[in-house]
Amino acid sequence: MSDAGALAVGAILAVPALAALLLALLPDDRTAARLNMGAALATLGCALVLFTRRPGAGAFLIVDDLNVVFIVLNTFVGFTTSVFSASYIAHELETGRLTPAYLRFYHAMYQTLMFAMNLALLSNNIGLMWVAVELATLTTVLMVGIYRTPAALEAAWKYFILGSVGIALALFGTILVYLAARASVGEGLDAMAWNVLVERAAGFDPALLNLAFVFLLLGYGTKVGLVPLHAWLPDAHAEGPTPISAVLSGLLLNVALFAVLRFKTIMSANPGALAPGPLMVSLGLLSVLFAAFMLYRRQDIKRLFAYSSIEHMGIITFAFGMGGPLANFAGLLHMTLHSLTKSAIFYCVGHIAQVKGTQRMSEIRGLTVSHPALGWSLVLGAVAIAGLPPMGLFMSEFLVVTSTFARQPVLAVLLGLSLLVALGALLLRVNGLAFGEPDGVAHASRVSYVPVFAHFALVLVAGVWLPPALVAWFQHVASLLS
Amino acid sequence: MMDRLALDVAHLFAGGLVLVSFMLLYQDRMTGLVNNFALHAVVVSLSVAWQAYIQDAPHLYITAAIALGVKAFVIPLALHRIILRLGIHRTIEPVVGIGLTMLAGIGLVALAIMVMLPITAQAGTLAREDLAFALSVILLGLLMMVSRRNAVSQVIGFMSIENGLILAATGAKGMPLVVEISVAFSILVALIVIGIFLFRIRERFETVDVHALHEHRGEQP
Repeated sequence: MSDAGALAVGAILAVPALAALLLALLPDDRTAARLNMGAALATLGCALVLFTRRPGAGAFLIVDDLNVVFIVLNTFVGFTTSVFSASYIAHELETGRLTPAYLRFYHAMYQTLMFAMNLALLSNNIGLMWVAVELATLTTVLMVGIYRTPAALEAAWKYFILGSVGIALALFGTILVYLAARASVGEGLDAMAWNVLVERAAGFDPALLNLAFVFLLLGYGTKVGLVPLHAWLPDAHAEGPTPISAVLSGLLLNVALFAVLRFKTIMSANPGALAPGPLMVSLGLLSVLFAAFMLYRRQDIKRLFAYSSIEHMGIITFAFGMGGPLANFAGLLHMTLHSLTKSAIFYCVGHIAQVKGTQRMSEIRGLTVSHPALGWSLVLGAVAIAGLPPMGLFMSEFLVVTSTFARQPVLAVLLGLSLLVALGALLLRVNGLAFGEPDGVAHASRVSYVPVFAHFALVLVAGVWLPPALVAWFQHVASLLS
Repeated sequence: MMDRLALDVAHLFAGGLVLVSFMLLYQDRMTGLVNNFALHAVVVSLSVAWQAYIQDAPHLYITAAIALGVKAFVIPLALHRIILRLGIHRTIEPVVGIGLTMLAGIGLVALAIMVMLPITAQAGTLAREDLAFALSVILLGLLMMVSRRNAVSQVIGFMSIENGLILAATGAKGMPLVVEISVAFSILVALIVIGIFLFRIRERFETVDVHALHEHRGEQP
């Protein structure tokens, strides 16, 4: 119950909203990129305040142990992406792929997206959360189509149709949850508030909750990119500007997963309701299996890593579906590290696509020779994302597999095998990209390495030595989830 | 007596909405499809207005007014202009035959009723049938989206899903934020229509048949 906490929560929402408004009006692109960075940094600062000072739950907004992790991750990656975006966009302007008018729109949409994601994470009301996720979908659709090439328009259209159907299903689920709650909580805002719902979930009608969860899992699961609802994801990643690919993979998928987790908590609190775990485990495992094999056939570098995102969201959903303190801990850790790693990879890939002038992998060779820093960063990123030691993802994947072994050996074997398949595909592809004789063009580009190395350093540190405070925090959150 | 009548009228509107959803399924001309969608929107706004009256919830009149203004007038007019501009008033191009689609639709309505009625026993009579009807409208909208190739018909399918959701939300008595949600949804829909208009899919692809879009998939060798 502190004023500083309440102020921070307000600022996390107000800063991006105001920045979006300003950026929509600001014509100069240099200043706009700086303002974008400044706003993202200010939001990150406010998010850090929430660690120490936390306001009580209101009717619409709430800060609890679970969403603090997501908010800090969200604002941190949001800030580093804005740094990357500044150099990326400068190059796009020079090559004429984007005009200043579109750039203004891009920056305004970037901050609107940050606002929508923060709102979804902070909301204490399932209706408000739905509106926020919808706003986030809309802004990303607009940004995916920003290059206006036929491929970009198709990607935006596909994302738009699938995403809208997804959020429509999620809304129906939300209405059903309200109906389930109304009988025991009574009409009004309380029947849509998280903290009230979780507290009183034991008294809800289990049949209604079951049906609601199916709709919610399918609806928000579309946005998580779970197979078979993933069709929009590779296209949207490949055709939009790369900063957006980074934000999509690193953050928006997490926000959708966060929504699923919130509803899972309600389901678990009701003794009569269907166990949500098996559903999530099967969707997660299916995603991992499918994406691992699909990785082999990719020809486009951004699509390759988009499929890798499907794989990792599958692992995370699998871990949360297994439940229990250890699997939840592994899921949380994996989610955090995946966000950091995947966004850093997209920063590299964005610059690579700019210097080579193409995203086709067959036209990119020998990066470690022609562009040593970029090439080795990509190799490092691939090693990390494939789950090899010493990077942090090795530890979290190891935890997921071992915690599953103790309970469901067959599932663990399946998961382990598909992880190996994915590892093979990634190493094969990256070997072709990074080594050998360089060929093709090499444009000049100002590369910003700071965000890339900052992310990799964090992932490496997490793999070697996790700070005890962080472990304790994640363990606490994991126990809350189970 | 009054309660009985109130329920009957609510069911009349909700059932009417399912019927109009079926009518959307068998349209074979673009103009007819858009006009039918306008009717869909009129029925949903009547339904919402009636709910506002019997639940004594004046804020729902706003939702009804939005549904009527935006979806019964503005969007159909815009769609008519798009259709004229693009010269596609005759082309519907269903993926499967209309007879099969109708049969599938009947199956979906039966499914919706069988799923919703048993589990909503506690939710009260009003919400109960309303939800079954709403789920039917949503499923029929989904069916329409998968059984049509044309971008404009897909959008109309999506908007009919949205109408079904509004029916469900207003049927859940006392649900907060309904107006906000319907506003957010209207923005989404408006944006799609503006999207078709601005991006002028035809200009780039010579057609609004979304199958033509697949030719531009990034990954064909």
